[in-house]
Amino acid sequence: MHVGLQHYLAVSMILFCLGLLGVILRRNLIVIYMSLELMLNAANLALVSFSRFNDKLDGQVLVFFIITVAAAEVAVGLALIVALFRKRQSAHVEDLTSMKL
Amino acid sequence: MKNELFPWLILFLPLLSATVIALFTLRSKTVSSLISIGAVAAGFVLTCLFVNSNGIHYSGESSVNWLTIGGLNVDFGLKLDALSMMMLFVVTGVGGLIHIYSYSYMDEDAGKARFFAFLSLFTFSMLGIVLSNNFLMTFIFWELVGVSSYLLIGFWFEKPSAGDAAKKAFITNRLGDFGFLAGILMVWGLLGSLNFSALQNAMVANPAALGASATIAGLLVFCGAAGKSAQFPLHVWLPDAMEGPTPVSALIHAATMVAAGVYMLCRTLFLYNADALHVIAYIGGFTALLAALMAVQQNDIKRIIAYSTLSQLGYMVMAVGLSGPTPAMFHLTTHAFFKALLFLSAGSVIIGMHHEQDIWHMGGLKKKMPVTFWTFTIGALALSGIPPFAGFYSKDSILAQCLEQKNYLLFGVAVFVAGLTAFYTFRLFFVVFFGKEKSDHAKHAHESPLVMTAPLVILAVFAATGGFIGITNNYGSQFAADHETLSLAQQFLEPLKTPVPMFIGIGVAVAGIVLAFLLYKNADTDPLPAKLGVLATWMRDKFYFDEFYEKTFIRAHDFLAAVADWIDRWILEGAIIGAIRGGTDLSGRALRLAQTGNLQTYTILFVLGVVLLLYFVLGK
Repeated sequence: MHVGLQHYLAVSMILFCLGLLGVILRRNLIVIYMSLELMLNAANLALVSFSRFNDKLDGQVLVFFIITVAAAEVAVGLALIVALFRKRQSAHVEDLTSMKL
Repeated sequence: MKNELFPWLILFLPLLSATVIALFTLRSKTVSSLISIGAVAAGFVLTCLFVNSNGIHYSGESSVNWLTIGGLNVDFGLKLDALSMMMLFVVTGVGGLIHIYSYSYMDEDAGKARFFAFLSLFTFSMLGIVLSNNFLMTFIFWELVGVSSYLLIGFWFEKPSAGDAAKKAFITNRLGDFGFLAGILMVWGLLGSLNFSALQNAMVANPAALGASATIAGLLVFCGAAGKSAQFPLHVWLPDAMEGPTPVSALIHAATMVAAGVYMLCRTLFLYNADALHVIAYIGGFTALLAALMAVQQNDIKRIIAYSTLSQLGYMVMAVGLSGPTPAMFHLTTHAFFKALLFLSAGSVIIGMHHEQDIWHMGGLKKKMPVTFWTFTIGALALSGIPPFAGFYSKDSILAQCLEQKNYLLFGVAVFVAGLTAFYTFRLFFVVFFGKEKSDHAKHAHESPLVMTAPLVILAVFAATGGFIGITNNYGSQFAADHETLSLAQQFLEPLKTPVPMFIGIGVAVAGIVLAFLLYKNADTDPLPAKLGVLATWMRDKFYFDEFYEKTFIRAHDFLAAVADWIDRWILEGAIIGAIRGGTDLSGRALRLAQTGNLQTYTILFVLGVVLLLYFVLGK
């Protein structure tokens, strides 16, 4: 079986949807966080496959940026979650509604 | 024109005085009153100098362009001719004396400085009307005069009656001014100019220039005069205006402001066609009769003189209506002298009586207030038309004018009113100065200080001699090119040229005085109500005009106001504004439900939004 662009994109879409579902359905902040990373990597996969099939390096460059930014984001985000947990003794989104009127 | 700057100075000095008093010297009574008196006295001196260098028969204009909008060209200009210069003398001369009198009259009043600021403002406005050379400027000063009259009538604003009287005067005047403005616009629309000289030239070149609407235009302009000069049916405000201090009654509601209507009619005499003049004459005659009847049964010293003012204004308007501007202006000038004199004498009596105004509480003041008694006597004789006092000459010229126009009905009215005038004047005279003292105040009455009696004496001199010192010469040259200048002796004997009105006039005046003497020489109460019955009640209650207006116009106005209030409250504010406000509120409440505070709900909505966007962007 020849593996073409469509297959890569299909995998990428499945990964993205899994990540999205995780963000929407899970209650634990850390899991939501991991799901977010999953969505980012789904995008990375799509970019890399476009790059490969079009014989251009633009997509790969973009992927490097995404990985870098995601790393920084994880550092900040995890720090926030830890701080939040220390304050509230909870990492569940239902508890984080103090901005509501 | 020599001394071109003088008229401008005369006009603006009182304004300067009002400004300085209002801004800087309100704390000091003496400084304020001296500034105000100085401004009007300087005006009088400048008027004398100006007339001396240019002559009274000079005629010219001094103007600057004020604004140009399309075809409308308005000057701020001064018209200088015999008419306006004579009025300058009246306003600054009589006005100056009243200013001096007020210095003492208002001495104990805490608001003396404010009083003089208002007085200066009034003088400025009145001079503006007198000097104005176009309709728009006249209208502006016309309104300014209304404002200062409002301020001065309501000077003792802590008294509710004074506040009401001020409002009544202002609102009644507004009614007349509405017609005046409509008339001005009509004249401008038809003749294309507001300048008096230009209008006069246009009317002389083509007497039918106003076309079919000539009568309406004339009567609309007359509306303004009817308001200011308190002619029927807008006469109701003047008697109430007596709530103001007495010098105000003398200056504004006798000598100058109420004369502005007559002055304006004479200034714009070229506008009126025969029909309009007819209406004006009859309104004037009717006002004269009505007011004289009312005056017979009043008991307040100032109100009697106020009704007499109304009646005399009716005479002047009637004279204008009978195409006699010279008799009208002549009577206006002499009336300014003797009516200011009567008011100021009445003020002197009121001060002497410790602010008692009911004539049935006075009596026997002849010995206690000799100067006031003699000046009042001269004023009363002049008002009644006894020769050789000023009122005799001017009233005689009006009577002669009636006969010359062959209007026997108005002649009869004028003669009857002349008799009534003598009667009610001397009713007042005998009750106040003769007989027994009718109250404790009358027993302890005292003469007023020299600052008050000196103006009385000066005015008395003019009230006695005003008939033959050349006033008719000056006005006559203004209104008739072929007017011959008369010498002093000729003027003195002028009424003899028309013996019929002269003898009838003297006859009814003497009859009125004799009747008053018989009825009131020693009367303690008024014997007239018993003799006249219900008529006396009607006279006392002013023929129920106030009540009639209350029941009809004011009630109709209240009804309209209530309807407007209902529409505003329920339709504008309730329905329209309420619907907009309620709708916003409701949608706000609905949208707030979307704000759950739940992160994941937001995410779902966000994703749905993105999907929707993608569908619209890519799906087609």
